[in-house]
Formats: sequence, C-alpha cells, structure tokens
Amino acid sequence: MAKKSFLTPALLARTLIAWAVTLLVFFPLGWLFLTAFKTELQAIAVPPEVFFTPTLENFHEVQARSDYLLYAKNSLITSVLSTLLGLAIAAPAAYSMAFFRSRKTRDILMWMLSTKMMPAVGALVPIYVLAQHTALLDTQLGLIIVFTMSNLPIMVWMLYSGFKDIPPEILEAARMDGATLWQEFRQVLLPLGLGVLASTGLLCLVLSWNEAFWSLNLSSAKAGTLATLIASYSSPEGLFWAKLSAASLMAIAPIIVFGWFSQKQLVQGLTFGAVK
Amino acid sequence: MAFLQLKGVEKYFGDLRAIKGIDLAIEKGEFIVFVGPSGCGKSTLLRLIAGLEHIDNGALTLDGRDITHAPSSKRDLAMVFQSYALYPHMSVAENMSFALKLAKEDPKVIREKVERAAKILNLTPYLERTPRALSGGQRQRVAIGRAIVRAPKVFLFDEPLSNLDAALRGQTRVEIHKLHRDLGATTIYVTHDQIEAMTLADRIVVLRDGQIEQVGTPLELYDRPANQFVAQFIGSPQMNVVEGRHLPQVPDVPAGGFVGLRPEDVTVQAAAQAAAGGLPGTVELVESLGAETLIYVATDSGAQIVARQATRTGLHNGDRVGVFVEAANAHRFDAQGRAARAG
Repeated sequence: MAKKSFLTPALLARTLIAWAVTLLVFFPLGWLFLTAFKTELQAIAVPPEVFFTPTLENFHEVQARSDYLLYAKNSLITSVLSTLLGLAIAAPAAYSMAFFRSRKTRDILMWMLSTKMMPAVGALVPIYVLAQHTALLDTQLGLIIVFTMSNLPIMVWMLYSGFKDIPPEILEAARMDGATLWQEFRQVLLPLGLGVLASTGLLCLVLSWNEAFWSLNLSSAKAGTLATLIASYSSPEGLFWAKLSAASLMAIAPIIVFGWFSQKQLVQGLTFGAVK
Repeated sequence: MAFLQLKGVEKYFGDLRAIKGIDLAIEKGEFIVFVGPSGCGKSTLLRLIAGLEHIDNGALTLDGRDITHAPSSKRDLAMVFQSYALYPHMSVAENMSFALKLAKEDPKVIREKVERAAKILNLTPYLERTPRALSGGQRQRVAIGRAIVRAPKVFLFDEPLSNLDAALRGQTRVEIHKLHRDLGATTIYVTHDQIEAMTLADRIVVLRDGQIEQVGTPLELYDRPANQFVAQFIGSPQMNVVEGRHLPQVPDVPAGGFVGLRPEDVTVQAAAQAAAGGLPGTVELVESLGAETLIYVATDSGAQIVARQATRTGLHNGDRVGVFVEAANAHRFDAQGRAARAG
C-alpha cells in the first residue's frame, strides 16, 4: 500500500488482543501437535520441553493397538450419511416454513431450537434403551439416526434463514411457468439455495465428525467413531499423553484440512440473514 | 359464457375477509385493469386468478373449464411480477424458454419462439446475458418475454411498471399497449396508477376494500362515475367534491348531498374583473405546469376547489377571486356518496 499506514494506539491494542485470543484458541491444538511427536517421557516432563527430537513412534503404536482406518471409516460414513439424511429432511421443512409462513412458523422454529437447550444426557437413557431394543446399538445406522436428529434443529434454522433471502416471487414464477413441486425445487430452489445448502451441509459434517457424547455412549468396537478411539487412550490403566495426542491428531486432521478449504462457505452460512 | 368468469370469489386471511364476493366476466382479447388504493385487494384478486392464493369461496372458470382449485402450473396463465422475478441463475434465453422446456416442446420450436419474442422486445443482443447484467427496463422486457413465448390463455401483470423510473414507465406503458394490440391476448393488469389504467384498459375495474366499486370503459368511469369514490379516484387532479349548499348554481342536488366538479369545469377570475354570480374566494396555491395551470381556491363559504385551465394565469397566492362552475357538467351525489342523476 502506497498510502500512509500509521499504527494508532487503538489499532495496536486491537491487534495485540486479536493475537492474544488467536494464540489462546490455538494453544491446545499446537500443544497437541507437539505432544504427538514426543515420547511418553518427554510428554510429561516438567518443565515442558519445547525443543526435542520428534518421533513417529506414537503413530505406529496407535495404528498397531487399534485399527485407525476402521474408526475413520465409521466417522466418515456416519457424518456424511447423517448430513445427507439431515439435508433431505431439513430442506423441505425449511422450504415450507420460508415460503408458506403461517402464524405458528416462528413458534415451531423456537420449539425446534429449544430442544438444543436440553442437556443431551437427559435423553440418554430413553435413547439407549430404544437403540438396544431396535438392535441399533453399536451400529452405523444407529449413530446416523442420532446425529441427524441432534443436528436437525440447526439445519432447519440455517436453511430457513437462507431460503428466506430468496424472493418468493421467483418460485411463484416457476409455478406459473408450469413447474411441478419437484421441478420448482430441483430447477429453481436448488440452484438458488446451493450456497446455504452447502454451508449447512459442511457445518453438519463438522458437527457430526466431532460428535463425542452419543458415539461414546452408543457405540464401541464395531461402529465406534474417531471420538471413541481418542477416548480409549484415557483408560483406567493410566493416561498416555503422547499416544492420546497422536490419536487425537489423526482424528482431527481430516476435518481441519476440510474446514480450512471450506471456511469461506462455513462463515457465509453462519451469517446468513445477518448480513446482506 | 365469458372467457374468464369469476363468481362470488372470496378470500379470507385469518378472520379478515380480504376479497368480498367478486363477480366479473372478462371476454376474450380484453385488456382489463384492476385499479384501487393500496390494500384494496387488487393484487390479491390477481393472485387468486393466478392460483398463487387459494380461493375460499366462489368459482373461477377459464374457457369453459373450472379452474377454481387447479394448481397454478395447470392454469395456462402467464404472470409478470412487479419485481420481475427472473431466474437469476439462468440466461435471458433460458429464462424465456423455461416454461416451454417444462412443457417438453421441441428444442427447435423453442429456439424459434424465443428468438421471435426477443426480436419483438429488442432483446436479441442480450439473450446470453444473465438478468444481473441487464438494466431495470431490460429485465422488465425479459419478464414480459417470458410470458409471451408461452402464448398463454391470459396474461397477468402485477404492477409491472412501478419499479421503473418515470420516463421508462411511460415508454414501457406504450410498448405494453402495442404488444396487446399486436397479440390480442386477454390481459389482466393491476396498478394503483390511474393514468396507466386510463391509457391501457378496455375496461377498468375499480376496487375498494375487497369489493368492486364500478366496472366500465375508462371514459365511462370518467364521465359517469357510480359514486364519489370512483369519481375522485379516476382523474388527476381529483374531482372537486363539495357540499351542495356551497354551490347554489348547481340545481337538483339531493338533500345533504354533494356536487362533483372536474377541475376543467371550474374557472377562476380575479375578483376585480369577475362577472356577477361567481363564488367569492381566495387563491391558496398556483401550480404552473406549462401546458396547464392548476389554481387551488378556498371559497368564503369554506369549500376547497381546484381549477384547471389550459392558459397561464396572472393570479398569485392570496388574490381575491370569483369561482365559476359549468353546472351542466356537474356530478351529483347523495348523502351516502352514490351518484344521483340530475332532474
């Protein structure tokens, strides 16, 4: 920039605060990254070692002790399918709420959101018993259903705010042009709502991937996701910080890379309706 | 039976009776304009005909077929929206051919029809552009083009010109008029602008509070308004309506009734030169529009009267004047505002 760029005290303060917050958020991740390449002894050393000779030993051991790929596959299948199932349910719901509003629409939306305010553990026993009786315990299908249910309120909300930004006359014009409901959805709403559908899908993918409560309680060896893999390293025999870190790093790496590339879509989706 | 027939059509929004039993017969090829103040139900009535709102009571038939409960897509009507409502993700050509593609027309026929419509509307150079890259007037023409390629049974226009600036509005109005003359298609046009209504319509339907006040040709409404509301809605500046007791010059006014005078039937003369028999008053405002001059007068008896004259005036605010009226052209209304014929 050719213009004068001068550092005012206010700007300096803001920059410092921003860096401080960023470091605060990043620190656990950074520490996790470092620990994953340490030996168990280095990992618990006091004072902590910042400079050390990195080792890949932990990753070998994690892979040897438990089948990383199985858990990764479970995570991938459950998060992708629950996202697709969620979109398939949420999109028609959001469509009817956004374009055929009634006096109860607002209440229904608030009620949906209110279910997210309930602690999940409150529903644990009934859902566990239901899963047990329907043979869905420790199955991918069981997790897919639960993930979908827990993400639906957010999906409906996001899609609703996104769809509301689409002028209803455009859909009416399609109807006047002779479009059936499906054609209206497929040829007009889908292309126009692609942005919000994509960001809703991305967010739910991330949420499902990171989901720990339900996967820990409803799955183990067969359908367990990466969250259960990580948890298995904090076992009664003791904490293995280095291995736990290595497992965590392997679990979060795919979603971090994925999130990095899709962050523009994600941010756009989260601010739908808030800014034009 | 009429081409498009509305029988006792009603619409409720919750408890609100928005459309209160409309009976209307529209003939093939007619240009009908729905006009009325905001909230009178004219757009709702159009949306009921389009099938975008559900008809709660009554019946709607088109070309002998009952379409009261038919979905919009099966009515064979085309609509031009106030906001244009073009498909932003499609090119102009795709916008115009969308309906034909849905109807599974032969691609060759589609191309011909789109090209013909584009030529009529001067859109040929823009066929590959997206709506975003067009001006407001061009978008409006695409919306009209989208309607005409389909050759629907009826064209519906919902305030199509209100998003255009004044110059473009006049120009597009003339184009729509010519288009109707060339295509001869049955058209229903909604507007709140009575100039559009007067210039475009074969027949005007004046609506108020979800009811029809009067149906007739533009000049019928101008010359023989059924009531005070229609009299004052049609014509600009609006008709002077004053209590009968202020104007003893006009005979046969019903007791407690009103006299209506078009501004062109009122003349104003400076008090000094005024002949006898003029109504004394004071000039409140003079609007010089070039081709015509509007003079607003407050009479000593307390009436507000506006006069329109084709010549310029030397009068100024505050001047004392005499007001003369063309009693032969006066309209008479009873105390309820209904038109009463003289003698």
